[in-house]
Amino acid sequence: MTEPAARGFSRSREPAWVKWLLIGAVYLIVTVLIVVPVVQVFCIAFSAGIEMFIQKALVDHDSRHAMWMTFWVTLISVTINIFFGVALAWAVARFKFPGRTLLISMVDLPFAISPVAVGLMFMLLFGRQGFFGGWLDEWGIEIVFSTPGLILATTFVTLPFIARELIPVMEAIGPDEELAAITLGASGWQMFWMITIPNIRWALLYGIILCTARAMGEFGAVSVLSGKIAGLTETMPLRIDKLFNEHDEQGAFAIAAILTLFSLITLAAKALMEHWVLASIKKPDADEL
Amino acid sequence: MPFRTTLSLSLVLLAGLAVSAGWGCNTKPAGSVELLHVSYDVTRELCHEVNNRFIKQYETKTGKPLAIKQSHGGSSSQARSVIDGLKADVVSLALWLDVNAISKSGLIEPGWEQRLPNESIPYHSTVVFVVRKGNPKQIKDWPDLVKEGVEVITPNPKTSGNGKLSFLAAWGSVTTRGGSEDEAKVYLSALYQHVPVLESGGRGATTTFLNKQIGDVQLAWENEGYLAVKESEGEVEIVYPPVSIRAEPVVAVVTAVAKRKGTTAVADDYLKFYFEPEIQKLIAESYFRPSDAAVLEEFKDKFPPVQLFRVTDITTSWDEAQSKFFSEGAIFDTLSRQAAK
Amino acid sequence: MSSSAAKSTALRKRRVLPGLGLSLGYSLTVVTLLLLIPLAACFAKAATLTPSQFWAAAWSERAQAAYFVTFICSFVAAIIDTFLGLILAWVLVRYDFYGKRFIDSLIDLPFALPTAVAGLVYANLYTKNGWFGQWLVPWGIEVSFTRLGIIVVLVFVGLPFVVRTVQPLLETLDNDLEDASELLGATRWQTLSMVIFPAIQPALLTGFALTFARAIGEFGSVVFISGNKQYKTEIAPFLIVSRLEEYAYAEATAVAVVLIVISLILLLIINGLERWNRRYD
Repeated sequence: MTEPAARGFSRSREPAWVKWLLIGAVYLIVTVLIVVPVVQVFCIAFSAGIEMFIQKALVDHDSRHAMWMTFWVTLISVTINIFFGVALAWAVARFKFPGRTLLISMVDLPFAISPVAVGLMFMLLFGRQGFFGGWLDEWGIEIVFSTPGLILATTFVTLPFIARELIPVMEAIGPDEELAAITLGASGWQMFWMITIPNIRWALLYGIILCTARAMGEFGAVSVLSGKIAGLTETMPLRIDKLFNEHDEQGAFAIAAILTLFSLITLAAKALMEHWVLASIKKPDADEL
Repeated sequence: MPFRTTLSLSLVLLAGLAVSAGWGCNTKPAGSVELLHVSYDVTRELCHEVNNRFIKQYETKTGKPLAIKQSHGGSSSQARSVIDGLKADVVSLALWLDVNAISKSGLIEPGWEQRLPNESIPYHSTVVFVVRKGNPKQIKDWPDLVKEGVEVITPNPKTSGNGKLSFLAAWGSVTTRGGSEDEAKVYLSALYQHVPVLESGGRGATTTFLNKQIGDVQLAWENEGYLAVKESEGEVEIVYPPVSIRAEPVVAVVTAVAKRKGTTAVADDYLKFYFEPEIQKLIAESYFRPSDAAVLEEFKDKFPPVQLFRVTDITTSWDEAQSKFFSEGAIFDTLSRQAAK
Repeated sequence: MSSSAAKSTALRKRRVLPGLGLSLGYSLTVVTLLLLIPLAACFAKAATLTPSQFWAAAWSERAQAAYFVTFICSFVAAIIDTFLGLILAWVLVRYDFYGKRFIDSLIDLPFALPTAVAGLVYANLYTKNGWFGQWLVPWGIEVSFTRLGIIVVLVFVGLPFVVRTVQPLLETLDNDLEDASELLGATRWQTLSMVIFPAIQPALLTGFALTFARAIGEFGSVVFISGNKQYKTEIAPFLIVSRLEEYAYAEATAVAVVLIVISLILLLIINGLERWNRRYD
């Protein structure tokens, strides 16, 4: 975020027509690629009236269950990711150990691997014919086609999000304050709660927001693993796909509209946070926890 | 204190979401029986109605509560899920091939077709042409599909039961009327050059045809055709070709799973229920051709006679059909490679 | 031997801060359970094929066509995103205009919007009677069910990457450099191409590589708009799903392994680029 005041006098050196052409281009790009599709989602969702929308999205039992499912899967995988992100960032940003770079690179893997391949991997491990399939079956543990499978897949695809936000921030802040705390006799946990967490809170929150958005929308990996049992293992993106396949376009777009709304809320939360961060940088005292 | 505000705000939001979503998600009563029915795409409405009636009957008879969960999806992908461990008590799939794949994996006892009446086929259907109102391109028979300027909508035979049946119907339309296999290959090669998009499932194909207004004719199951006519409010109509394929969806108890869950008896009763006259009528009302001859006779106005051939009339078996037409490097692959060049 | 001993004492000396054991142990457990074991399973499954079988499955004509479509479309989309992203980042950093903050927030939407929703909507927009399609199709520009459609939806999915990698760099770019270049008599174009562009080039490359990597794996949005015709618009992830439906697990895994290896290589390149980016820090 750059404040206009911080820019200096000579920032816009291009002729005015170039400037306005470029600004026009930005408006065009954002309108065509982002605004119109979002508007269309809501247009179709509400094209049959608001009662229909409420009926399809909020009253229908299976749709409501899909929301419930998405909520739980997101909550649990984001929680796992918070612990993982903080732990990894602490290890990587505060210590040097062999294999450190390799570990950082490995955490980026889920960014690049196709979600379909992710689903396939877990199927190969935990499916009935998979490597652990027979053993799990003996003990009556269900992973694939059940909530744990959905959580595993979602956690996998969102693994880098929080860690990636935290590592650069922790590296930038440096260990001085924490070293001081330890030298002054604070216990490890005291230092962690009173120095580390307050220092990284914005990055952590930002990571959580990104992670939540991605977790809510995961489709490719969970579609291989879910079994699509209505009212049991269906998440919202899967339900969109299924309603669409069952000649219920209204229903599909109603749920799509809710997911779109969530992602817009996510963006708003992010923008609001950036605003607050700026404010807190200006007045550091006003922001004590 | 923005940080604390954010935290509490998001907590309230999350809690609100949780409560609203959880509201009404009833937990199942103790000691109840639960069946999982894994089925293919277009049967949701029918299954819903049948389930309600069966549950009522079962509960009055035994006094025990029963719940039936449904899973719908592409026929082959549903079969794959069951093979990979989806705990289905009963399956009803579009193709014999898919149920047989489950059987081969050891979950369904061999000879499953004989477990239920009529070779486990509760109803049959066929592939029809859905055309735009007034049939502007005059499509009446299979050769009309490859006329100049005709665009055909049919899903991908690799991933869709509907697509496989359409392919086989087109093939059979040549070979059952005196054509040779080479002629059939030439015809199908031409046919797939008239296909602008291969949706992965039947529903995608219907959307493409109806909502996106792409194509002049859609190859669809008879019941999907009727649904399309209803959905489009008369913008499309059905044309029956003189010959087509006899599509025979099958039902089966997944014996290994049911045995373990102790639901074999209920599962058997549930599937037998599909062959009762009452349900057969319901099936006919959903535009599937019922297996009960008396019911079929009753609804004969709805189902014009078409000369239907079985898969076994054009190849020796379903297994051969799969390996000959749809496997990697088989006829469909060769044809689409030619079409791409 | 002695050098490693020296290293380990050096390491121990650094460890005034607590918690290495706990944090590293926990991270390694998660990475092993969630990442390494599933990846190993994938490679182990592929290893059940003989090399010739693997080759036949991973490099069949259909698979080659699918990789080709995936790469060409991802590449073109990444190029387009690099241009669009450069314009967006430039305008957002350098100019003030109405709605700037709003647009800045909206750019992240492709990250937040579920890909299935994106695919559904894009397929609707560009068909014959869609909002955009009704203008494009009469001109002979078919987007839905062509490679162009795949490119369009990939451009959407990857849009934020380049913006978000270039934006911070542009913001920190020193004004004095430009002043100096102008004082030395350079034209605006010379300043742009010889001072600014070299400075942001690594970030552009990183953004490009990220977009490219994301596009190769993308599935949810593409299936709705691509048409999925073999040899024409079938992408590699769809091929995996398609082989699974034929119950050909090992063959599906072979294709997945090829994709994963390509992702790994791309990731290494991205990491290298990022390190190169920070070489002056």
